[in-house]
Amino acid sequence: MSSIRQNVFQDALPDFRNLGVMARVLIAVNALALAAALLTVPNLAQALERFALWATFLEPLLLAELSFLFVLSPWLARLPYAAGFALTVALATALAGVYHALVEGAGAAVPANLVRMLVICAALVAVLLAWLRLLTKAYSPALAEARLQALQARIRPHFLFNSLNAVLGLIRRDPRRAERSLEDLAEVFRTLLSDPRSFVRLADEIALLERYAELEQLRLGERLRITWELDTAPTDALLPPLVLQPLLENAVYHGVEPGTAVGEVLVHIERRGDRVLARIENPYYEAEQSRAGNRMALDNIRERLALFFDAEARLETRAVGGRYRVEIEMPYRTAGA
Amino acid sequence: MNPLQVFIADDEDPSRERLKELLSDIAQEVPTRVVGEARNGLEAIEQVPASGAQVLLLDIQMPGMGGLEVARHLAALEQPPAVVFITAHDRHAVEAFELNALDYLLKPVRAQRLAAALKKSSYPGPERLARAAGGAREYLSVAERNRIALVPLRDVLFLRAEQKYVTVRTRAREHLIEESLVTLEREFAAQFVRIHRNCLVARAAIRGFERAVGGDDDPHWLVVLDGLEERLPVSRRQWPQLRDLVAERP
Repeated sequence: MSSIRQNVFQDALPDFRNLGVMARVLIAVNALALAAALLTVPNLAQALERFALWATFLEPLLLAELSFLFVLSPWLARLPYAAGFALTVALATALAGVYHALVEGAGAAVPANLVRMLVICAALVAVLLAWLRLLTKAYSPALAEARLQALQARIRPHFLFNSLNAVLGLIRRDPRRAERSLEDLAEVFRTLLSDPRSFVRLADEIALLERYAELEQLRLGERLRITWELDTAPTDALLPPLVLQPLLENAVYHGVEPGTAVGEVLVHIERRGDRVLARIENPYYEAEQSRAGNRMALDNIRERLALFFDAEARLETRAVGGRYRVEIEMPYRTAGA
Repeated sequence: MNPLQVFIADDEDPSRERLKELLSDIAQEVPTRVVGEARNGLEAIEQVPASGAQVLLLDIQMPGMGGLEVARHLAALEQPPAVVFITAHDRHAVEAFELNALDYLLKPVRAQRLAAALKKSSYPGPERLARAAGGAREYLSVAERNRIALVPLRDVLFLRAEQKYVTVRTRAREHLIEESLVTLEREFAAQFVRIHRNCLVARAAIRGFERAVGGDDDPHWLVVLDGLEERLPVSRRQWPQLRDLVAERP
């Protein structure tokens, strides 16, 4: 068993397809341009004017660079870090050179001559890459921490003991079903003890949901009714492990167990364009919200989604008309991409 | 030896089955007879009094009403059954059981532990149960012949002490309970406020105050409660506190 503190950081180029990375690049470059404008002229009005002038030159270039890197990103990521780094700087600088020539050729104003422009561009790209690498590195202990958090988010002991108790109650009357239940329990725990840092396929997470639901069904019988809407679920999508199972566990714990009537739970997963949408609904009991545990699991999932997808995933909860709903949206990624 | 009459209250079918199997396994050592089963707390309150149960095996996590509150209401019976609590995993509850010396078993239950618990179990009394529960009940219980009537606390307008009893007034009717106003005041401080030496009213039911007119003695205030004709006198001592309470409301 490896330690939680092990170093999981590996040098890698930033994911240029990540919205967070793009946003950081845009903001950093514009902030630098603004700072340069403020330094070169004496008053604010003039500085803003100069910045606006530069921006008309700068923004199209920036967007072109980002689009270029977006396309090349998977290919660049496969190179060794040093080669990828050098190539990114070279390609970005070359693109800037071409752009400079085009603008000048069209007779429009350029902020600097070609050589200065290329030097500034190369330096800037190198600095940005170094900065993004530092950011990733700063987050990497957090990634290791995610392992710990996933452990904490894992199945309540309540579930383990209740399930074992239910299986014990079954052994004499229905040994076959008891066997199946123990197999389910083993598989659920195998997943729970797996490495929480790697992505899993949605198909695997769905299988986990079904095994888990099978166990809860044994215990709660008719009181638990789950509707599965998985027809358009993209089973090849990748997601952090244990994102959906704790939500279903919450739904059962807060929405079904406290009720004397039948508790209807909905599990809906679909692909919408390049996004994956997951929704879990359960009956809402107001008094339940004060019970600890719900918020903690949600915060934990939210944090892990942010670690895996940065700003591109979201988790929202809502209580409407006696139903409680958790919705997750994340980018559709597959092992191929 | 007559078999011990056991009642099982647990919301999960396999869990009740398991307890029954264990009871038959230990029949040599502790002969028992299962006189009833309930799938939630309210069912238990309904069925336990007439079942003749001597021991209640009581899951603490049940829908409707948890085991601890069920046990507290049994105090209304002349001869409440002994109680053995059962929980799968609730550190908080286990601590409270230990602290108040209540009998409990952990799921999955072992036959030997069950036998031992049945032999020594007793009814712990409402004070110890209240301490273990920590919080307020959601119902008040009224003892009727061989049954326990539950009055949801949210229906109660006021509680008034009369000599030996406390009158519980809801919109629909009145009940008498044998609890002291002081302990009620302490338990339900969040929902009730004292307006007089002998009376607590539901905070949510207060509509306003009226000046008592035509009295020959000192003028005083009367509280107006939602959906109730009767006006209750506010004592001079409680008035300042109540006035602030009303002023604080939006």
